[in-house]
Amino acid sequence: MSWLVQFFSSGIGKKIIMSLTGLFLILFLVVHLIGNLQLLKDDGGKAFNLYTEFMVTNPLIKFVSYGLYFFILLHAVLGLLIARFNSNSKGTKYAVQRSPETTWASKNMALLGILILAFLLLHMGDFWFKMKFTDQLDMVTYDDQTVKNLYGRVAVAYQEWWIVAAYLIGLLALSFHLWHGFQSAFQTLGLNHKKYTPAIKGLGKLYAVVVPLAFAIIPVYYYFFMK
Amino acid sequence: MSILNLNIKVWRQNQNSNKGQFETYQVQANEHMSFLEMLDVLNEQLVREKKDPVAFEHDCREGICGTCSMVINGQPHGPLAATTTCQLHMRFFKDGETIVVEPFRANAFPVIKDLVVDRASFDRIIQSGGFISVNTGQAVDGNSIPIEKNRAEKSFEAAACIGCGACVAACPNGSAMLFTSAKVTHLGLLPQGEVEEDKRVQAMVAQMDKEGFGMCSNIGACEAECPKEIKLENIAFLNRSYMKAVFTGE
Repeated sequence: MSWLVQFFSSGIGKKIIMSLTGLFLILFLVVHLIGNLQLLKDDGGKAFNLYTEFMVTNPLIKFVSYGLYFFILLHAVLGLLIARFNSNSKGTKYAVQRSPETTWASKNMALLGILILAFLLLHMGDFWFKMKFTDQLDMVTYDDQTVKNLYGRVAVAYQEWWIVAAYLIGLLALSFHLWHGFQSAFQTLGLNHKKYTPAIKGLGKLYAVVVPLAFAIIPVYYYFFMK
Repeated sequence: MSILNLNIKVWRQNQNSNKGQFETYQVQANEHMSFLEMLDVLNEQLVREKKDPVAFEHDCREGICGTCSMVINGQPHGPLAATTTCQLHMRFFKDGETIVVEPFRANAFPVIKDLVVDRASFDRIIQSGGFISVNTGQAVDGNSIPIEKNRAEKSFEAAACIGCGACVAACPNGSAMLFTSAKVTHLGLLPQGEVEEDKRVQAMVAQMDKEGFGMCSNIGACEAECPKEIKLENIAFLNRSYMKAVFTGE
């Protein structure tokens, strides 16, 4: 197994971990978005509350969720370590900074990552932590099933202007992070070919705009239309 | 023929252990001079004034040896695409312009003096695996093994790398991935090099890490600044080759 440890401690190996965990998180975002769009249903939160109950009780989802927590932490911690290492490898910075043909996002992935991480702490502290580890949420009964009313907490949170603003900043950072990260993950995996790379790059840009925008609709909708 | 009056703000550093600083000099240059010839004029002027001339590296002055370095106005080899410093002519600058000249920056390229940096880390990467093993004696006929045209062209494009280190200088991470990948692609695509590919790629990647080069974030500054237009596709080839070597090789 020493060969595997050696592989993942090499520069390329570390970047491959970043790429694979990043792609996993990209897939997660789609699932998360589809679930959350139920918040836009006009049913007093029934569909969303039943869905969240399913998500915290289903054994398979639970298993995958532990993987998700681990991959988020791995992606964040390793990403910060890589950024620090890279900054040290550069050493002295140039007096004149000029780098045409490169995107701002590609050079600020760590900064964007820190913003996303700060957003995640707020987001998970407010909903995930309260749902899983406290009894702060009221109970609500649908037919014969009594579940925690996470919908209620969400609806209250999105009345606060500063929470909505924090979500928009977090999602903007996510958009820029994905703008570079999506296609970069494929390049790191060695997938770069004129046959499909233009499609990956196009899809990445589309994803980076559409997914954060769709997430952003939810708090904005609640703030303005669900008084 | 017009004469340019230039302010050259250049990095002066006596030796690696000393702190460096910028000095500004006035130079009159002819528009047909290369950037290095303009520095020669500056140095003659400094010698006449009994001052220490600016140390910079140069050799062939025809854009093929990879010796000239320096970062001009924030760009390795200056503002022109696909051009080395020695092939950059003063007509691309304006009269009265201030030009900032800095050494290549990366921890694996320590400054020796002024604009001269130690690029021996590249030599050690090559020594670790950037070669093919052949028996000495009569040279083998180059056409004895047929090579598909596409492969030969891709390999040749990668072989255009002159090892100047502009990729490392341009990279905000100080990464040597473009250089190393050019060598791995150049040799790995040819039948003569393919036989040693697994061993080569692992040795070169290990040496690259050992030298303290940063990791690749796929920013693309290297590709934009490379005087020989080496492509990022080579880095993808390197990563594929490295994974193949680790997971399928001995």
